Amino acid sequence: MKQFIEGSHAVAEIIKLCRPGVVSAYPITPQTHIVEDLALMVANKELNAQFVNVESEHSAASVVLGGESTGVRSYTATSSQGLLLMAEVVFNIAGLRLPLVMTTANRAISAPINIWNDQQDVMTVRDSGWVLLFAETNQEAVDLHVQAYKLAEDKRVMLPVMVNMDGFILTHGMEVLDMPSQKEVDKFLPPYKTTYKLDVENPLTMGYLADPDYYLEIRYMVQDTHKQLLDIIPQVADDFKKAFKRGEGNGLVEGYKIEDADQVFVAMGSVCGSIRDVVDDLRAKGKKAGLLKVISYRPFPKACVASALARAKEVAVIDKSISLGAFGPLYTDVMVAVSSLGSEMPKMSGFVLGLGGRDITKRSIMDTYERLFGKQVDCEFIGLKQELLVEDK
Amino acid sequence: MVETLFKPGHTACAGCGQAIAARLVIDAAGKNTMVANGTGCLEVFSTKYPESSWGVPWIHSLFENCSAVASGVEAGLKYLGKKDSINVIAQAGDGGTADIGLQAISGMFERGHDVLYVCYDNEAYMNTGVQRSGLTPTLSNTTTSPSGSASLGNPRPKKPMPEIAAAHGIPYVATASVGYPQDIQRKVKKALSIKGPKYIQIHVPCPLGWRHESRMTFDVAKLAVETGLYPIFEYDNGKLIPRKITAIKPVEEYLKYQGRFKHLMKDPEAIKEMQAIADNNIKKYGLSATV
Repeated sequence: MKQFIEGSHAVAEIIKLCRPGVVSAYPITPQTHIVEDLALMVANKELNAQFVNVESEHSAASVVLGGESTGVRSYTATSSQGLLLMAEVVFNIAGLRLPLVMTTANRAISAPINIWNDQQDVMTVRDSGWVLLFAETNQEAVDLHVQAYKLAEDKRVMLPVMVNMDGFILTHGMEVLDMPSQKEVDKFLPPYKTTYKLDVENPLTMGYLADPDYYLEIRYMVQDTHKQLLDIIPQVADDFKKAFKRGEGNGLVEGYKIEDADQVFVAMGSVCGSIRDVVDDLRAKGKKAGLLKVISYRPFPKACVASALARAKEVAVIDKSISLGAFGPLYTDVMVAVSSLGSEMPKMSGFVLGLGGRDITKRSIMDTYERLFGKQVDCEFIGLKQELLVEDK
Repeated sequence: MVETLFKPGHTACAGCGQAIAARLVIDAAGKNTMVANGTGCLEVFSTKYPESSWGVPWIHSLFENCSAVASGVEAGLKYLGKKDSINVIAQAGDGGTADIGLQAISGMFERGHDVLYVCYDNEAYMNTGVQRSGLTPTLSNTTTSPSGSASLGNPRPKKPMPEIAAAHGIPYVATASVGYPQDIQRKVKKALSIKGPKYIQIHVPCPLGWRHESRMTFDVAKLAVETGLYPIFEYDNGKLIPRKITAIKPVEEYLKYQGRFKHLMKDPEAIKEMQAIADNNIKKYGLSATV
């Protein structure tokens, strides 16, 4: 059903339709509207779940870890410092192979404290083993949550999935979107059934100590599952398209006017919407620009990215986070992907935009485009106010 | 062989008080029990992949979060409609409880989860090599509170963890000692018969960390109680019920068997300080059978 709805409300609604039995969260801007809505749904018996109000994000993640370990579908959401406080548990959940789903309302990291959007928070748990998906719109956020549970609970996967949506831009943005019915979601996402759970009839030990004789293989198996996910994610995305009659791309990446593009932007999340506008403007001027949107950041779809960029002459990778002292994380990954193209490798430029909620305007995206033809850059900040960079004398 | 839910073959040290107490606890709780275990000696010596001592569903996540994990397990069981027939136990050592785990425990108590929390108190971070914790007793020599020319060891009193638990208004708080196995099992059974959060703190000698002979575990545990240095009591819905001591012994009787207190034995002032702690416990908790 078409609805004009705030992103957070839409996420809460789709989570309700996914029927989690345990929900736990600690409030942090801009995640709050999602969990407030879920709490109200539980209070009104619209959602049959245990809602556990905790004293920290560390405990929020630990509670849903515990819930999931009893074989009950569970959910949490966080942002920014909350995700960092959770980080230890986030890694642990993946290592325990618990198929949890979490929403991250992406936000900047302190200091200085800043509640506005960028994607630095998720990068701190980039290496945790979670599947990391990025939504461009609230429709996509809704759709990715349903696919997230489907993926996580797939017996071939059994790994947690995080749906990333840009804080405020998406979480507090109103959008007309198509909300599926309970019947449609139930059909796509059957109840979670597993034998990998705490059960007095079949007492398992979960969370062993693994010494050097075993640890390497156990970690390798997570990496191997991510490799298989490169096939499984497109299958699930395809099933979703068939069931819900919508969805672009193959679940891993989506191209926009990329087939004949000479200059390609690569980006993740809501900024892709603005980039589409810039691409259209450039096309109107006869410039062959295009966009490659990365939906699945982990697993990183190396082959898809390489083939999508194979015919480009110049590539602008737009990062909304930075590995300080090095480069934007997306830039680094895209570089590895295109290195397989050898001498056909396009000229690769890396840009950092929008940290701490600085507006990414069409003008700033055009800035990156114009710089593609000059000296190659690998970590160029766009939109710096030079007057603020003068040191005190 | 005795039927037990905590199988032998684990790698605990000889004379480990925690291994004995953990077996007493789980056997008292029975097979319809799920355990969330914090990181520490117990987790390490009982679940080295691919082997496990545990005959009940058991999960280890991290150091400080066993009470939050147990809260989630309880919530999952409630959702499944199974909570009434299954016990949930969260358990960890003294560091995992009184230091790094305190916030999560407080949250679990405040939210009223139907979980029994068991703290195995061996009075220091033994798994990492005998570093001081918040439950390390006064003047104890640990690797991070060593005695030296300017120090007598740990300068601070033991954190009153049972009082902190009781201050949450939870229905049942108890201390116990591995020196009194029947008392541990009675308290576990009593705790599990009560709905809501429960806290039991069990004194478990560590021969390695306390530097006593491994055959002395039970004797040392009993002496801690008999001197008044480790008061045994219950708060049953807030009402104090002490375990009385019939013949109170001087603190030297307990201290003299342990390397961690060796530096005090020729220091009458230090012994006096330790005796004052015991005397205060005896008065505060009404431990004397003759008064």
